[in-house]
Amino acid sequence: MGGLFSAYAWSKVWGFRMGFLTGLGNTLLTALLGILLALALGLVFGLMETGRIRGLRVIAGIYIEFIQNTPILLQMCFIYYALAFSGHSIGIVPTGIIALGIYHGAYMAEVFHAGIGSIPKGQFEAAQSQGFTYMESMRYVILPQTIKIILPPMVNQVVNLFKNTSCLYIVGGMDLISVTYSFVTGEKTGGAYSPAYLLCGVLFFLMCYPLSRLATSWEMRLKRKEMAAAVTAAKAA
Amino acid sequence: MRELEGSLSILKNVNILIYLMRGVAFTLIISAVAVIIGIVFGYILAIMRNYLSHGKYAILGRLAAIYIEVFRNTPLLLWIFICLVFVQTPKIFQVPLMGLSSVEVGLLFKGIVALTFFESSNIAEIVRGGLNAIPKGQFEAAYSQGFSAPAVMIYIILPQVYHKIVPTLLGQVITTIKDSSYIANIAVIELMARTRQVLSGAWQYNGLNQVNVTDVFILFGFAFMVYFVIDFTLSMIVRRTQKKIA
Repeated sequence: MGGLFSAYAWSKVWGFRMGFLTGLGNTLLTALLGILLALALGLVFGLMETGRIRGLRVIAGIYIEFIQNTPILLQMCFIYYALAFSGHSIGIVPTGIIALGIYHGAYMAEVFHAGIGSIPKGQFEAAQSQGFTYMESMRYVILPQTIKIILPPMVNQVVNLFKNTSCLYIVGGMDLISVTYSFVTGEKTGGAYSPAYLLCGVLFFLMCYPLSRLATSWEMRLKRKEMAAAVTAAKAA
Repeated sequence: MRELEGSLSILKNVNILIYLMRGVAFTLIISAVAVIIGIVFGYILAIMRNYLSHGKYAILGRLAAIYIEVFRNTPLLLWIFICLVFVQTPKIFQVPLMGLSSVEVGLLFKGIVALTFFESSNIAEIVRGGLNAIPKGQFEAAYSQGFSAPAVMIYIILPQVYHKIVPTLLGQVITTIKDSSYIANIAVIELMARTRQVLSGAWQYNGLNQVNVTDVFILFGFAFMVYFVIDFTLSMIVRRTQKKIA
């Protein structure tokens, strides 16, 4: 079983604990900054897609379709090699942050788009009749109302982003997955497959599962509220 | 300008083009196998998780739930690495096949196993969404007609579920085609890996004795285009079927 029950294998893992911690740190750093970039891009392109300017809508549409229909691994490699072979290499972690931010930004944009689309038109009109500009009505009236709707799919994207940090491996990253793999195949440390993979899996699960649960329970609560509202509306009518 | 011409000449090389197109074929084969087997596993897992949560077989329901949550909350690449070590390639796949060496066929087998396990959990959740959308009255009506539990599932519930989830399942095919690129981490078989492989040898194909940034743009541009054409076509179909259902 690759040393799942061997104390020696586990002691090897323990001896390499600093390596695993570094990997975990890199994964967390990449993910957190990637999330920030994805949120920023998602908001900008989501607003562009819902806006009234045709040119901006087309640009946002192209970005979203192109990014969503090609693999993150290919995008990551392309950015990395394009920078490397033009002599502007910026390091693996920053490349990963940019690639993950751009990839999940396209999904976040759709989330924002759907959220804004779910707000009744009357809200825009009311805000505008009060003298709010487009940006102001977004900022103070529309976006605050979308938060409840967009949080569950947004958190799901965060979970996917965590899992996709593994795309760093292909260009020789030092994230959790890459560190685990170099540990199990390393000349001095090799062999302890089961304990190392179990540790790596558990760490990822601990990062992702609470978020997944949170998203699911939010979604359920939202659905229950909608049902309750529909029932009251039916009774009133 | 000379660099761009050099890069373009790589794609004009018939052998390289065939090499890449075979990669496209492998990408499609890998994804098709993973999705088809994944649908079978996904249905079984979803039914287990939904309807075996109480009673004699509650343990099976728990196991299905654990399987789904574990695979959905860990990266595919981890499972590819795990299968690399723990999956034994059966004898029939230890032979040269479709232009691959026997070692590559073994790696391909392990990669497909990992991808299938991974996609099964996603498909299970899609099927569960469909199952939950079926009104309770359908079950009650079927039971009152004297159907047994398996018969209710097969003749009454699953056909309705299938109709509801077709667009989401097609969306999962897109995801699977993108996810199949992760197999590039263990073997040079499918499009993603072959694109990288050609890039690493581009210095001898472009006639300039070094890899230029234009090579990256041309080769990856080709790969981007192929993935995009396949996935975008699928996503257009998804949209059309969604409209039909709604």
